[in-house]
Amino acid sequence: MRIDHRILKRFFVAGAFAVASFASLPARAGWGDLNLTRGVSELSREIHDMHMIMLWICVAIAVVTFGTMIYAMVRFRKSKGAVSDQKMLHNARLEATWTIIPVIILIAMAVPSVEKLVKIEDTSGSGLTIKITGHQWYWQYEYLGTGYSFYSRLARSSDLARQKGSGIDPGSVPNYLLEVDKPLVVPTGVKIRLLLTANDVIHAWWVPAFGMKRDAIPGFINEMWISVDEDKPGTYRGQCAELCGADHGFMPIVVVAKPKAEFDAWLAEQEAAAQPALAAATE
Amino acid sequence: MAAAAHHDDHAHHGPPKGIVRWLTTTNHKDIGTLYLVFSLLMFFVGGGLAFMIRAELFQPGLQLLNPVVFNEMTTMHALIMIFGAVMPATVGLANWMIPMQIGAADMALPRMNLFSFWLLVAGSLLLLSTFLMPGGAPAGGWTMYPPLVLQTGESFPFAIFAIHLMGASSIMGAINVIVTIVNMRAPGMTLLKMPLFTWSWLITAYLLIAVMPVFAGAVTMLLTDYYFHTSFFNAAGGGDPVLYQHVFWFFGHPEVYIMILPAFGIVSEVIATFSRKPIFGYEAMVYAIASIAFLSFIVWAHHMFVVGMPLAGQMFFMLATMLIAVPTGVKIFNWTATMWRGSLTFEPPMLFALAFLFLFTIGGFSGLMMAVVPSDFQYHDTYFIVAHFHYVLVPGSVFALMAAVYYWLPKWTGHMYDMRLAKAHFWLSAVFVNVLFFPQHFLGLAGMPRRIPDYAAQFADWNMVSSIGAFGFGLSQLLFVWVIVKCVRGGERATAGVWDWPHGLEWTVPSPAPYHTFEKAPEIH
Repeated sequence: MRIDHRILKRFFVAGAFAVASFASLPARAGWGDLNLTRGVSELSREIHDMHMIMLWICVAIAVVTFGTMIYAMVRFRKSKGAVSDQKMLHNARLEATWTIIPVIILIAMAVPSVEKLVKIEDTSGSGLTIKITGHQWYWQYEYLGTGYSFYSRLARSSDLARQKGSGIDPGSVPNYLLEVDKPLVVPTGVKIRLLLTANDVIHAWWVPAFGMKRDAIPGFINEMWISVDEDKPGTYRGQCAELCGADHGFMPIVVVAKPKAEFDAWLAEQEAAAQPALAAATE
Repeated sequence: MAAAAHHDDHAHHGPPKGIVRWLTTTNHKDIGTLYLVFSLLMFFVGGGLAFMIRAELFQPGLQLLNPVVFNEMTTMHALIMIFGAVMPATVGLANWMIPMQIGAADMALPRMNLFSFWLLVAGSLLLLSTFLMPGGAPAGGWTMYPPLVLQTGESFPFAIFAIHLMGASSIMGAINVIVTIVNMRAPGMTLLKMPLFTWSWLITAYLLIAVMPVFAGAVTMLLTDYYFHTSFFNAAGGGDPVLYQHVFWFFGHPEVYIMILPAFGIVSEVIATFSRKPIFGYEAMVYAIASIAFLSFIVWAHHMFVVGMPLAGQMFFMLATMLIAVPTGVKIFNWTATMWRGSLTFEPPMLFALAFLFLFTIGGFSGLMMAVVPSDFQYHDTYFIVAHFHYVLVPGSVFALMAAVYYWLPKWTGHMYDMRLAKAHFWLSAVFVNVLFFPQHFLGLAGMPRRIPDYAAQFADWNMVSSIGAFGFGLSQLLFVWVIVKCVRGGERATAGVWDWPHGLEWTVPSPAPYHTFEKAPEIH
């Protein structure tokens, strides 16, 4: 019994220390960000649901296995007079059970995963195609079929603040490191096919709210699709997700989702504005 | 009679004194010690790099390192921890314990044994020296994906050569283990009587021989792409950058198991000893290790779900990956069953083994979650994966290595160590390792990519917690060194059996183990 107390005491001291170190931190916005976003598209919600199913399955398995371990650790202590059973060497029925049950659980998990995967990989029937090119260290977006294309870089305010020894408090910069000079604009309620490639090294395009990421590989074209809910126009942010050199952490992605009509008007305007420049360039 | 005594005398002469002993020794115990000390040193070098990474990530903004140096830190931290710390530590344990567990006098190839150790030292020093070269150390990540890795400065060929050296060293170590186990078992020590640590290393050695040459080939192709414009991985020349990733992970995934299988062996030994009960399902344990090793060859592309593989490929690698949970589950359940109806005490090795049991399983759960491809599209390349592999590597492999040190240290030194200090080391490590890595799950799910030197404001809180955990964990390891140093210098004399319920040949020889053991093969009953 005495040993129990000593171990409990150590747990308590360690726990108190951990709590103290948590409590001494300044309150900020990040404490609540504990889970995957549900996002704003059908795919991101399905992926979130899949994630939650897996999480709860793991929690359930953890409760059973950790519970058994803890029970064994408490119940079969030498200090409590437990004597070991030298004859307990194997048990074919038990071993078969704990091999077969996991197989069944895995099959149950695999079926919905495969189903969702098939849907994710089906890029057919899209209403708009955008080509995304990764560069060291900015993105290029091209609305295929319109000839309209532009670059999107880290916003000046973030770029100044992120320099070593800039003296600017990152907390004072709105959307620090997640703001660009010119965001990608997409329509809501439209299946958008994204073609991904890169100019120099491998990058990866990722906006968590859309649920998907995919590598942009030089010399190859990858594709994926996104679709923003009709009722969820807004600004969505992400980052390059594949190490691409020095400024890998400084090539954010910002997507502004507008209702279809507003988007069409915006795109027409951009094309018109780009025409004279294009004409001048070709002369 | 007199001649025999004289002969005995000659055979048992001690090692040469001083530095010469350590430079020229071919004794498996000395080489084991060299490996273990070297890996501990590298553990602190790699830990120092991690310390700088966590210091930079303590709060948003760049305070200490510029982005290139940060990338050098993450790259070198991984390379040093994998090739300099964890792998050599398991080789050190193999050197010390395999001959003693199977009743052999030494390793089968003692001179090659010494050669492989010094190759490792040369490779590690060469790797570390890249920090001083123009353009700095490699900064393209330990996976060295082209085309990025081809932007490395003048250190590029040196880093590759360092990897060749360390790879050659590993292969020699593996050959030595296999030859020793196959040829030098004491009469009566059949394969299915071998202790599980020896078994786990036998299988690990085959994995090493199978995949290290593949890795050497991949990095050599990088070298020829760089200098001779061969375009293996250059799309402009008809090559494919993704091909490198396939070849790399064909090595990389078994490599992960090379670091964890010996840990499985250690935990099996420790849990049985401190439950005072033979391991439950011994044969199932052997088959589980073998199945995991086999599966490790057919799951590699789960590291690359976002490169744009065909649907059928993604499905295959998802299902194969999920299958690994079955033999791994068998191991976890068998360890639990070993404790069941046992008689448990909680000495430091057992504490580390139990922490392994819980925390490695947590790493297994996140691994299972990532096997599901749709969810992996979100998790991939975020802090969620960083949390996952650190859970299986730190409270997984490293805790098992610490359990091994605390388990066999009295056998090596002949002294008991300070139990109170060792338990303090355990509790500090166990608490801080969770403060360090658990919040990284949250960061990844919230959307923080890995390998970034600076981050948006919403990630600030958990990064700070993680950094505090890192500092605490790092400092706690100084206690580990202190316990070892104190134990080497003196302490209560250890008996031959050391523990209450010793099982296996290593506990039949005196403590400290004599310089030469089992020159006459023991009898196995």
